[in-house]
Amino acid sequence: MARKVNSLSPFNVTSLALGLAFLYLPIIILVIYSFNDSRLVTVWGGWSLRWYREFFNDRAMLDAAWMSLRVAAVSATIATLLGTMAAVALVRGERFRGRPLFSGMLYAPLVMPEVISGLSLLLLFVALNAERGFWTVSIAHTTLTMCFVTVVVQSRLASLDRSLEEAAMDLGCDPVRAFLSVTLPLIVPAIAAGWMLAFTLSLDDVVIASFTTGPGSATLPIRIYSEVRLGVKPEINAISTMVIAFIAVVIVIASLASKLSSSQGESAAPL
Amino acid sequence: MTEESPEIYAPQANLPAMPADVPLLRIEGVSKSFGNFRAVDRLSLDIAAGEFFALLGPSGCGKTTLLRMLAGFETADGGRILLGGRDIAPVLPHERPVNMMFQNYALFPHLDVRDNIAFGLKRAGLPRADIDSRVAEMVALVKLEGMEKRKPDQLSGGQKQRVALARSLARRPKILLLDEPLAALDRKLRESTQLELMELQRRLGMTFIVVTHDQEEAMTMANRIGVMNGGRLEQVASPRDLYEAPQSRWVAEFVGDVNLFDGEVASREHSRITVSTSGGAALAVAEPRNVSVGTAVSVAIRPEKVKLSRRGPGSDAVSSQLINRLEGEVTDVSYLGGLTVYKVKLDSGAVVRSSIANTVRLDRDTYSVGQRVVAWFTPDDCVVLQR
Ligand SMILES: Nc1ncnc2c1ncn2[C@@H]1O[C@H](COP(=O)(O)OP(=O)(O)OP(=O)(O)O)[C@@H](O)[C@H]1O
Ligand SMILES: [Mg+2]
Repeated sequence: MARKVNSLSPFNVTSLALGLAFLYLPIIILVIYSFNDSRLVTVWGGWSLRWYREFFNDRAMLDAAWMSLRVAAVSATIATLLGTMAAVALVRGERFRGRPLFSGMLYAPLVMPEVISGLSLLLLFVALNAERGFWTVSIAHTTLTMCFVTVVVQSRLASLDRSLEEAAMDLGCDPVRAFLSVTLPLIVPAIAAGWMLAFTLSLDDVVIASFTTGPGSATLPIRIYSEVRLGVKPEINAISTMVIAFIAVVIVIASLASKLSSSQGESAAPL
Repeated sequence: MTEESPEIYAPQANLPAMPADVPLLRIEGVSKSFGNFRAVDRLSLDIAAGEFFALLGPSGCGKTTLLRMLAGFETADGGRILLGGRDIAPVLPHERPVNMMFQNYALFPHLDVRDNIAFGLKRAGLPRADIDSRVAEMVALVKLEGMEKRKPDQLSGGQKQRVALARSLARRPKILLLDEPLAALDRKLRESTQLELMELQRRLGMTFIVVTHDQEEAMTMANRIGVMNGGRLEQVASPRDLYEAPQSRWVAEFVGDVNLFDGEVASREHSRITVSTSGGAALAVAEPRNVSVGTAVSVAIRPEKVKLSRRGPGSDAVSSQLINRLEGEVTDVSYLGGLTVYKVKLDSGAVVRSSIANTVRLDRDTYSVGQRVVAWFTPDDCVVLQR
């Protein structure tokens, strides 16, 4: 991980700088303009926190943000539970029939166009006559994010030595206890990483949410998207800046956590 | 020092009262295949309580697989494993009064040395004070004092191996399975740990089954040694019998060093036979068994039993006429400290090795390359092996 920085050639430095600029320049501009006092997005009118104030007085926007956070938390939690169980079944249940089919099917949502999964979920909810709102979005996001959790946890599980659990059983643990006392602590970083991945995926999804949500329960991205269609208000910049800050904090926490736990496990969870 | 601490495996836990003639462990025609490869092939073996049994064998011959079946991690395809006369096939690993030290150690990476060693004791619900004293005893046994707080990835290979050994010993199982327990240790530490293991085994009356690639280690520690090859036991014998009376050519070659002469039985009188070798020599060999004339055999003689001299056996040996004397030329001399190994190319073309103990510091009576010598040995030192 700790490469020698001073071995970078001028060419490498330039391409690194260009790459970073390409990635972050738009975001930096957005952040700067969120502190713009002017009503017009493209005209600089001096520094102010006006649009942040605006946001905290915007009932509809606040509701949408709160909705998004709840959906993200609930769907990430369910997805983590189901995804971890699927990963355990795939890695540990070596010889069950139809395993290749099962693992293939799990990965389908990774490559399925979101419009299609959104549409099919909508059809399902309509067929079930389910009232669309918080729960339908949460369930839809669970199906979307579960396979990401499975991938993350599965790779960690597969790298664990099978004989660790055997050693635990040898020392008096029944199979369930062996899993809980040896395997689980070792995959916790991956589970946490999976949860955070699911959380952020849910937080920024527009497509599936717009198919599965109902009137009066828009998520933040849907809300932002519909506002932007009427013209970009500087308030959107303020909201986006807060979302970016929030996600940055989550990522920093996640990488700190995985660094902490990797100092006691063998390899860090992929993050 | 902690003799009073409670035993996890109560004296008769999991073991019905057994008649004296039933061995502690009986392996009856056990087989195990992976795909269509037979890792263990109809293997039978009895092990008595309190025995120190060593398993020797080339890499891949099925030693680990056998231990894993005893510990319950593999199920045998055929045959039975009886513990105290009872079939243990349905008994799960955590219910067997058996502990195993894994060849790859399998230390828990999230626990430190102390918690690794204490793991099995905590599961058994020992009181804290007993756990502490037992862990301290084990840490002292494997000489890891001061490392209790380290995680496995902060240990050297040999230190990890010692933690694994301590962890498997801590529960004081009825039967302890050790898969190459000392392979990563330096010679000094290995020898002292061997002695400590033997002492502990005797003191606690445990039964040890140890896999090792070190023949000297097997001979030092074990009461009996089983030599495995291709999933089968070639021979089970005491260290002395294994070395001095191997039952097959394969065992003679696998255990220690040996000179082999192929030939056939030319004549037989009383318990002596004469073997005419393919090189044209006639060897007199003591053979109590009834081997008929014409049988193809190999004559095995250990290098340290082949003596060298310039002119043939000395005066006292001449009195017995039945001494095998083979003339040749020294082609190689390897000085190994305690002994010197000479390679002698016989006039028949065969090469004989002779190892001679260096009992005198400034020995002028050594042989040098190119020198003509007589290699000689007595009929009683030879072993006849069927081919
Ligand atoms: N899970 C498995 N699947 C397929 N083959 C296996 C498996 N485990 C062991 N084998 C094969 O069975 C044979 C015996 O393996 P085993 O581990 O018992 O050897 P070993 O005697 O312990 O060797 P070593 O001294 O190298 O440890 C080997 O040829 C090995 O390739
Ligand atoms: Mg092995």
